[in-house]
Amino acid sequence: MELKVIADAAGAPGGGCASSGCGAGGDKLAHLPEAIRAKINNHPCFSEDAHHHYARMHVAVAPACNIQCHYCNRKYDCSNESRPGVVSEVLTPDQAVKKVIAVAAAIPQMTVLGIAGPGDPLANPQRTLETFRQLSEKAPDIKLCVSTNGLALPGLVDEICKHNIEHVTITINCVDPDVGAKIYPWIFWNNRRVTGRKAAEILIAQQQKGLEMLVARGVLVKVNSVLIPGVNAEHLKEVSRVVKAKGAFLHNVMPLIAEPEHGTFYGLMGQRGPTNEELSALQDACAGDMAMMRHCRQCRADAVGMLGEDRGDEFTLDKIAAQEVDYAAAMARRAEVHAAIEASRTAQRNQSSETFVSIASLTRRRPARPEPRPVLMAVATTGGGVINQHFGHAREFLVYEASANDVRFIGHRKVDLYCSGDETCGDGESVLAKTIRVLDGCEVVLCSRIGYEPWGQLEAAGIAPNGEHAMEPIEDAIAAVYREMGAAGLLECSGGTAQRMTA
Amino acid sequence: MAYKIIEGCVNCWACLPLCPSEAIREALPHFTIDARACTECEGDFADPQCASICPIEGVILDGLGVPVNPPGSLTGIPPDRWAEIRTQIQAR
Repeated sequence: MELKVIADAAGAPGGGCASSGCGAGGDKLAHLPEAIRAKINNHPCFSEDAHHHYARMHVAVAPACNIQCHYCNRKYDCSNESRPGVVSEVLTPDQAVKKVIAVAAAIPQMTVLGIAGPGDPLANPQRTLETFRQLSEKAPDIKLCVSTNGLALPGLVDEICKHNIEHVTITINCVDPDVGAKIYPWIFWNNRRVTGRKAAEILIAQQQKGLEMLVARGVLVKVNSVLIPGVNAEHLKEVSRVVKAKGAFLHNVMPLIAEPEHGTFYGLMGQRGPTNEELSALQDACAGDMAMMRHCRQCRADAVGMLGEDRGDEFTLDKIAAQEVDYAAAMARRAEVHAAIEASRTAQRNQSSETFVSIASLTRRRPARPEPRPVLMAVATTGGGVINQHFGHAREFLVYEASANDVRFIGHRKVDLYCSGDETCGDGESVLAKTIRVLDGCEVVLCSRIGYEPWGQLEAAGIAPNGEHAMEPIEDAIAAVYREMGAAGLLECSGGTAQRMTA
Repeated sequence: MAYKIIEGCVNCWACLPLCPSEAIREALPHFTIDARACTECEGDFADPQCASICPIEGVILDGLGVPVNPPGSLTGIPPDRWAEIRTQIQAR
């Protein structure tokens, strides 16, 4: 068929395939062995495409920590904030298992259970491992993950492998103790508190050793790094090289979250977080041929639902106390739902390749013209890989860059990253004004519907609202809008060659 | 002599499993130390374990009622240098 021939012949970067959504040519994880790709196919945190379809949950069974990070405040109890290290209630392993079973039955697309805090899961080994032990027995269709600062990791690698944990995330912010001394004021090590450079030296050695041990045992390791301007920004390129050489399969560079009201050292001292541009530039610099992750939402340690969404309130202890779940029945239903999701993903992939071939052929027909400039577009979605959210309901937007070659996922922008609480938490800025501000740099916003007032204000801000592609696959819709912009002469590039843009 | 946990403790559990005398109790509004059981880790560890992992300044007192982790000890920055350090950090 004609389309296939052109797709195969397309030699341009990106291969004429959506780099963020396609399972074949443009897939950022394509370099991974088939066995690894199979393991992460339905993991929302590891696979950018999977996060449109599958949900995750964290259970907060691990309150204790063995180190202090300057971006963390151990007074973690807040219902309004959405960021790592914050939870509403700490659970015992038994309570956590009950909650996981309840969520798995109610949200069948939940495929992954992670333990991520609110302290360090491996500083609470009994609580963490007991939760995993029970779950691997009672809910064998759920993938188990753990994240850690790495300090206690080498001593627990064998235990972790025993409980069938397929994925471990290590937060590695540095490989140089002088950098580390600016991030970690102390660690608890061999029954003493150790401070300064020495503390960072021990932590770094343990992290690297743990990474090597996990890779040697075939466990998938993702590395998280917090980008802290003026502290480790340049240094993270070195971190990326080192962890990749040692076998980490994914590197996730996240922006520092630091506001005075969080009570963290960095927040109180006025340490700034990175701009969207700084974050994207660093992610690009670290990318190389290693998979970089750009869809991380920096979830709470008790988040439930699709990435960017938190349905934790529906599953509080008092609400699930009386529930009895028939897990065998739930598991059968979950398998059906997963099969349906996979069928729709396959259909979307096939549809997408047709769309992207046609963009390539559009540019091919006009070889004399300079390459059209890339455009950033924001999307409101609740998941499923389609545009299906009302503009006014969106708490975050996915940002994509459309160019002549492909549609590339750049990152997400949260409207209420720090707080969704009452007016005492807010800065008085209206939600709409805030939304327009976070969409800075985007020229189009795609949503299922949009009200009259925001429509006008968005247009006034130079952002074109677009509700014409409701329920369509995201990347197809973006490609279509990009083509329309091209046809309307909106993509003329004054500067000659088109530059990659940053979110 | 015994250590004491006071208001400000965030109930993070870090100290409880470390205590060689099992003197720490889960309680509300905050964890407590059983003064009769606490040995200040004498004979077990060089440093008192609860105070060596506690992440909150000022919430554990020694036998004389003095904070074991006074202000500035856990951030590594004494209060009188905050203004200076803040200026440096804000220049990043």
